[in-house]
Amino acid sequence: MDESLAITWRRIPERYRLEGSACSKCSSNFFPPRKLCPTCRRKGTISAKTFCGKGKIYSFTEIFSPPGGFELEAPYTIAIVQLEEGPKITAQITAPHGEIKIGDPVEMVFRKIQEDGEEGLIHYGFKFRLVK
Amino acid sequence: MRKVAIIGAGMTKFGEEWNRGFRDLIIEAGKAALEDSKLPGEDIEALYVGTMASGSLIGQEHAGALIADFMGLTPIPSTRVEAACASGGVALRQGFMAVASGMHDIVVVGGVEKMTDVTGGNVALALGGAGDQEWELFTGATFPGIYAMMARRHMLEYGTTEEQLAAAAVKNHKNASMNKFAQFQNEITIETVMKSKQVASPLKVFDCSPVTDGAAAIVLCPLEKAKKLCEKPIEIVASAQASDTLALHDRKSLSSVYATQVAAKKAYEMAKVSPKDIDVAEVHDCFTIGEIMAIEDLGFFPKGKGGKATEDGKTALNSEISINTSGGLKGCGHPVGATGIKQAVEIAWQLRGSAGARAAKDAEIGLTHNVGGSGATAVVHIYKKAF
Amino acid sequence: MVGIVGYGAYVPSFRIKPEEIAKIWGEEGERIKKGLGIQEKSVPALDEDAATMAVEAAKNALKVSGIDAQKIGAVYVGSESHPYAVKPTATMVAEAIGATPNTMAADLEFACKAGSAGIQICMGLVASNMINYGLAIGSDTSQGRPGDALEYTAGAGAAAYLIGREKSQVLAEIEATCSFTTDTPDFWRRQHAEFPTHGGRFTGVPAYFKHVMSATQMLFEKTNTRASDYDYFVFHQPNGKFPLEAAKKLGIDAAKLKQGLMTPVIGNTYSAASLIGLASVLDVAKAGQTILVTSFGSGAGSDSFALRVTDKIENRKKGIPLAHYVAQKEYLCYGLYVKHRRKLKSL
Repeated sequence: MDESLAITWRRIPERYRLEGSACSKCSSNFFPPRKLCPTCRRKGTISAKTFCGKGKIYSFTEIFSPPGGFELEAPYTIAIVQLEEGPKITAQITAPHGEIKIGDPVEMVFRKIQEDGEEGLIHYGFKFRLVK
Repeated sequence: MRKVAIIGAGMTKFGEEWNRGFRDLIIEAGKAALEDSKLPGEDIEALYVGTMASGSLIGQEHAGALIADFMGLTPIPSTRVEAACASGGVALRQGFMAVASGMHDIVVVGGVEKMTDVTGGNVALALGGAGDQEWELFTGATFPGIYAMMARRHMLEYGTTEEQLAAAAVKNHKNASMNKFAQFQNEITIETVMKSKQVASPLKVFDCSPVTDGAAAIVLCPLEKAKKLCEKPIEIVASAQASDTLALHDRKSLSSVYATQVAAKKAYEMAKVSPKDIDVAEVHDCFTIGEIMAIEDLGFFPKGKGGKATEDGKTALNSEISINTSGGLKGCGHPVGATGIKQAVEIAWQLRGSAGARAAKDAEIGLTHNVGGSGATAVVHIYKKAF
Repeated sequence: MVGIVGYGAYVPSFRIKPEEIAKIWGEEGERIKKGLGIQEKSVPALDEDAATMAVEAAKNALKVSGIDAQKIGAVYVGSESHPYAVKPTATMVAEAIGATPNTMAADLEFACKAGSAGIQICMGLVASNMINYGLAIGSDTSQGRPGDALEYTAGAGAAAYLIGREKSQVLAEIEATCSFTTDTPDFWRRQHAEFPTHGGRFTGVPAYFKHVMSATQMLFEKTNTRASDYDYFVFHQPNGKFPLEAAKKLGIDAAKLKQGLMTPVIGNTYSAASLIGLASVLDVAKAGQTILVTSFGSGAGSDSFALRVTDKIENRKKGIPLAHYVAQKEYLCYGLYVKHRRKLKSL
């Protein structure tokens, strides 16, 4: 599904640079960013936090039946990556990556994620690269 | 709070129903439930309908009014309920609360999904809406992929094997082979599953529930009234629902569904029963790993032992506990909004003793477990014979 | 003192060999390898384009420099494969590395020399004190029509140069630059055309050789130097042979070109080609050594630069050497290559 221009535009700091948030009251880090700390709620203090982009594979799968818009890249690997600062996020692992295991170190890279056909917007964002 | 009972239950054949559209399906299920209750339509005071994705699948929102209209039930209130794949279960809970509160006496609760009017890639996109669109699905993740990542954690943490996952599909196909409403009425083997095409490793085609058209409906009324209206009322003795993070990646554990654990605990407390009292249960096996986690999180088996229990046949019909006698989502089919209601229909039939060849013998207490997305919503209902 | 305070290169991991392409067109692979002086070429992954590769190279350049991206006053991306015909690559790169919003930015196009033109622009801005740091990038997923000679050489890669003036930061001083520019129709791509068109043998003597040699000689004169004054030469490298021929005609020892000649192993990376060659030299050069770089862009022009490496070159340890990317590779068959380059209309 083509993501709207405005959604893509609003997400640029998060998707290009891993800008998330943190609650200084309970020292929790959030990526994607939260504007309300789920633990402290209104008593929490939320501020911006940029994540370093290093992490480890927490789980992964190779997608053979892609959704519309991802047919060209299939099969591709999707992982849940645990960032060094704590949060887990869902992202593609860039090809070619060879054998992959839970616990493998990864680093964030900037890649094309989706294209709205030949004439539409190109959506960029983070993927992760296996660090050998 | 009043006690609530099911006095009528019905469903359509589940499958690829090319000749029937969204409204045809729900009307057929509604008629079947009402005929089963032997009540005239004029007695119905309110409608609740679970449907997940009518907007993205057939371009139709406002399903509540649509259904009241085509069932000839205007001007009674008719409400669409959406909680992804738990839409049916949550609709049932709305109906339950409407009757329990005393607001309404006779309430019809339905569930429906028409999924084959769009192509496979578009079904995947529509179902993707059950997850976090901006942070999961945007990346190219799919629902099979999300459950595959749960499976991989379960395998790592508990040593669950792909063959154990396959055993759930084999058992559910066997049950479905005895259900004339089921999408698949053929038996399969472990080999069938293991040799099927990869969808999202380690999950293969036969680990996944299919794309299905179908609808189901039940008629609810206060228990006291039910005893006068029908011979075999089924009391709903517990209704519990819990929520969790929308995205799988935000969960503490990927190898269990916390919302299921919370909803189950509340439901057992409300019904004053324990997991070992349950004779027959319909659990949410959208993927085989879903059933393995469900039978653990519902307390039927210790955490991490679900795979072994399934492989050992402990969840087969009339074994330790009869799980997914209808064939589950895998065998009977998974028209997402209809699933939660179909589960209630199956349990009603089981407790009434009208499940035919797939009857769970002497079943007194049943349970349904319906999950939305990867576990962001879980609904558990417990049922007892009231005759 | 204007010079390079950070540099970085990036080459995608996929490769294809000329013999794999040759067999599709009934050509002899060995003859083509010899004729073009090329062993294999790089191919971008399906999710890579000029913008993503530019970001990779820019991040490497920032690592080497240790400079906060917010201090970058200008970002110029040179490419002939900008992902959009209209919508700048430079804004995406600036945003991705964290240089926005207080920065100048623009895309450049001058066939294969848009990246070196960016360096010259940054030099001017830095020398005039308009900005403190400027980032110039050459990045291309080079295009070549199926079956055309370019298909054997058109590679993918990027190189980024952070230009500054602080003596304590400059790892290679740019002592002089000059350009030789004419209107020469040797190679072009019309608006909306998918692949470039070229003048065959016309691309040689009147285009490549005339401009590369003229700019280089102009620089010799301007700086009062000669070939023997330089330790390394880097010339634009559309194939593995042209730079060697140009060197021979200029009386340059071929050994001085070797370190900067990357096209034989990664292909012609168009706007990035001479800049990746320079990165390869900077990866090994010692303080005090001199480098002469001459780019070439069809249409046509050449930019020459005289560089002197400083002791700050040790900062390169903080980055990723080009050799890392050259060594990482996975080969594609022609079928997968067609998919990667989206040369099938239905893709």
